[in-house]
Amino acid sequence: MSPAVNHWTFGIAPVVLAKTRPGATGVRWPFTSGRAREALSFCACGSTTIMAVEFDGGVVIGADSRTTTGAYIANRVTDKLTPIHDRIFCCRSGSAADTQAIADAVSYQLGFHSIELDEPPLVQTAANLFKQMCYRYREELMAGIIVAGWDKRRGGQVYTVPMGGMLVRQPVSVGGSGSSYIYGFIDSKYKSGMTKEECLRFTADALALAMERDGSSGGVVRLAAITESGLERSVILGNQLPTFFSA
Amino acid sequence: RGTFNLKASPVGAVLFVSLCRNTLLEANVAKLGCSLPPARKTGTTICGVVYKDGVVLGADTRATEGMVVADKNCSKIHYISPNIYCCGAGTAADTEMTTQLISSNLELHSLSTNRLPRVATANRMLKQMLFRYQGYIGAALVLGGVDCNGPHLYSIYPHGSTDKLPYVTMGSGSLAAMAVFEDRFKPNMEEEEAKQLVRDAIAAGIFNDLGSGSNIDLCVITKGKVDYLRPHDEANKKGVRTGDYKYKHGTTGVLTKQVTTLQLEVMDESVQTMDTS
Repeated sequence: MSPAVNHWTFGIAPVVLAKTRPGATGVRWPFTSGRAREALSFCACGSTTIMAVEFDGGVVIGADSRTTTGAYIANRVTDKLTPIHDRIFCCRSGSAADTQAIADAVSYQLGFHSIELDEPPLVQTAANLFKQMCYRYREELMAGIIVAGWDKRRGGQVYTVPMGGMLVRQPVSVGGSGSSYIYGFIDSKYKSGMTKEECLRFTADALALAMERDGSSGGVVRLAAITESGLERSVILGNQLPTFFSA
Repeated sequence: RGTFNLKASPVGAVLFVSLCRNTLLEANVAKLGCSLPPARKTGTTICGVVYKDGVVLGADTRATEGMVVADKNCSKIHYISPNIYCCGAGTAADTEMTTQLISSNLELHSLSTNRLPRVATANRMLKQMLFRYQGYIGAALVLGGVDCNGPHLYSIYPHGSTDKLPYVTMGSGSLAAMAVFEDRFKPNMEEEEAKQLVRDAIAAGIFNDLGSGSNIDLCVITKGKVDYLRPHDEANKKGVRTGDYKYKHGTTGVLTKQVTTLQLEVMDESVQTMDTS
């Protein structure tokens, strides 16, 4: 498969160099050579915790703020909640370079599409654009993305596009390396029909728990609530995080 | 399946025509009995800080080839546009060529838009190019400048990810420099305070990291003015030799002296002056 570079991908399709270079051990892991390995470490899911929850009238999204290069924290106040359109955001996990490039490409495509349609785009459209790019270049990319937003047709929606390029809509979704630690919490504490404030509380609690246990997640908690009327962003600093039992 | 696409019209000046030859050489190095030349890296400590009126960029001046210092006073703060400068760490050739390429494209863009270029534009151009080369261009950059929206500072990694922050450090001495920043950075500092902070951060890198050394260069960018201070601080001046190892005439006694003149005929003598104006 040779990825074509066309104007939709902005010329950012990765150049596939000879995979059979002498000395290559056949491991297709992108970071084998020891050159600068920025963003989100060696873990398969990327060193992050991201989360999104639907409620009636919108979505709440949240993320931690740590970007690592190996064991060094390159940015301790990262903003992993990236706007794709006025009422559509994506939460990025995995390689920072890959997810930034994908998000830029999809914002461009979606902005163009929205102007053609002369109306705000659907969240499902944004999610499908992410899926198309993540699936097509699945061998070259390391990106786990949660797309969340509000549109007129279906209200608040959360779509998850994990590594590999699957697309599925879920009422609540978590991602990143820290997500493994909070599946139990999510499953037990989530109930449908929560209000916006309850969702914000739920997300903050879940992220705080994940950041406490996962070494690759930390910093501050960034939250955003997206509704028809607009967008409310907030930050919970390290000393204001919800506290739980710690051994 | 070792295919790769060479696009008909490459954007940018990096061509992979020597790839096949280089991979063959790499594979047969043991048989040939030699070693490949190591790429000259800049080791480096580079950093930048946003202060009240603009940004201050700083860099050390050592370039290394393996464990040997190749250049004791190289310039790591590169010009991008009159209001934007970029420090480069990583492979020296990559940082030099990448910044020159983007500087050229940005000048054309600026002429086309008839406006002073924005730092975000330079950032986009750099990140999209580095991502396209998937990290094979080893350029880690600190991009800073002042445009119509105020002062901006970005750090750009070789794989193409960028972070927009009030203070950044890159290079092998980045941890030492970041320690200084985390201790003493404050938002909206005065110019002298910011310059002193950057100077101290680079000094921390120079004295605690083997890959960084020599002098400290600063670049202070404000709205309408750029101070390129090279060197700002000669932290490592070459010492003065106190001993003299020359022997005076007469130290060794002369026993005999024999002079033989060479028979040379002057054929033609002409003087050609070179126009050096």
